[in-house]
Amino acid sequence: MQTVKMVVTGPFNAGKTEFIRSVSEIDVVSTERKITSDSERIKKTTTVAMDFGRITVDKDLMLYLFGTPGQKRFDFMWEILSEGMLGFVVLVDSTRPETFREARSILETFRAYAPTPYIVAANKQDRKDAWEPEDIRIALRLDQKIKILDCVATKRGSVKNVLLELLYSILAEMEFPVV
Amino acid sequence: MPLKGNLQDFTITQLLNLINLANKTGALSLEGSYGAAWVYFREGKLAYAQMTGEEANLVSILHQSQKLSSSQYRKITEHTERISDKELGLLLINANYFSQQDILSSLQTHFIAILNRLLNWVEGFFSFEPDQTPPEDKITVRVNLENLILEGSRQQQERAILEDEIPSLDMALRFTERPGVNIRTLNLSTAEWKVISYVNPKNTIRQIAQATHMNEMEIRRVIYSFLQAGLVEITKPVGATIPNSIPSHVQPFASGADKEERKSIISRLIERIRSL
Repeated sequence: MQTVKMVVTGPFNAGKTEFIRSVSEIDVVSTERKITSDSERIKKTTTVAMDFGRITVDKDLMLYLFGTPGQKRFDFMWEILSEGMLGFVVLVDSTRPETFREARSILETFRAYAPTPYIVAANKQDRKDAWEPEDIRIALRLDQKIKILDCVATKRGSVKNVLLELLYSILAEMEFPVV
Repeated sequence: MPLKGNLQDFTITQLLNLINLANKTGALSLEGSYGAAWVYFREGKLAYAQMTGEEANLVSILHQSQKLSSSQYRKITEHTERISDKELGLLLINANYFSQQDILSSLQTHFIAILNRLLNWVEGFFSFEPDQTPPEDKITVRVNLENLILEGSRQQQERAILEDEIPSLDMALRFTERPGVNIRTLNLSTAEWKVISYVNPKNTIRQIAQATHMNEMEIRRVIYSFLQAGLVEITKPVGATIPNSIPSHVQPFASGADKEERKSIISRLIERIRSL
């Protein structure tokens, strides 16, 4: 069985868990652990918060979706998560411009870990105070070549669309690698 | 129109300063990795504060401040389930349990304690909604913000020194190999001894803080004192492992797969996701 992974990242409360939950065939596993006061067990109960979901492709292939912890205090896990990923989705809460700077910083960090294709999903587009994706592009200083898509993480169709666009980008980069 | 932003851009002390100088009335909502909080101001003065996950009713606050014994607390709670804080306050005053001043000073201490904790928040988001007033049934106070702002500025300076000395909480600690230093003869507080018991290159400072229920500032202060005393030194943590529940067999995509095979994988993924 071959397994591949994609990473869903973004500031905390951007909707990463909902995003994964919408397409995962298993309940999203949250791995946040509370540390006990027992010093012997401190490593066993390390707080390493992340979510993951799974999509079985066929009997030989499995896709894992990893949601990174949004809080900066867990950023040491990002590098581990990014290792060997197909690509990543940067989820942005379109209604909270105060998080855009953080989204930009997360995006740059992940780009530095792995130069894989990525896509930006402007989440919560069903809300009336949501910024337009093209306005978010300006705020995040995204190049025109980078795809930024409407997204409502609670809707499966919307999440499917984002994942498909990321896969198309991965395929395109295989055909025409960026030099 | 609310004023919104990131606490990395505007510190809570700066926000308090603004509210104080502009004599603002309104609600400041804060959201961070520690939880959420709501602080209300009236004409530039602190009026009310509440944090998520904490009892905010008058009986609980009086109990927490040890003005009510546990049995009194139980008794009052049983009989006053649907009574608002204002009504309960009047009842307690009329029954000669407390004076008005007792109640107000307990609330004042409680709200200031919340704000002092919030001054430690350096990450998260804020939103200030002008002209929002505290819930109708709550008793409010009037506390000048000047002292809180001074305390906030002092903490900010202290934080800068501590962060300079201990830049990352994801590092670990180990004892220095200085012969002749016996930590058992040192005069340490209970909290400091607890931290000492966790000193091990396997434990990051952040984990020690969580295990000892200290916030970032508190753990930094303790470790700073250890560093100054030459008891410990900062070291790289030994391995950051993924918990068992995470599949550890996810293979790097590029390894062992040629271009055609990789294209085939992507095509299969596309087909599968289309069919969801």
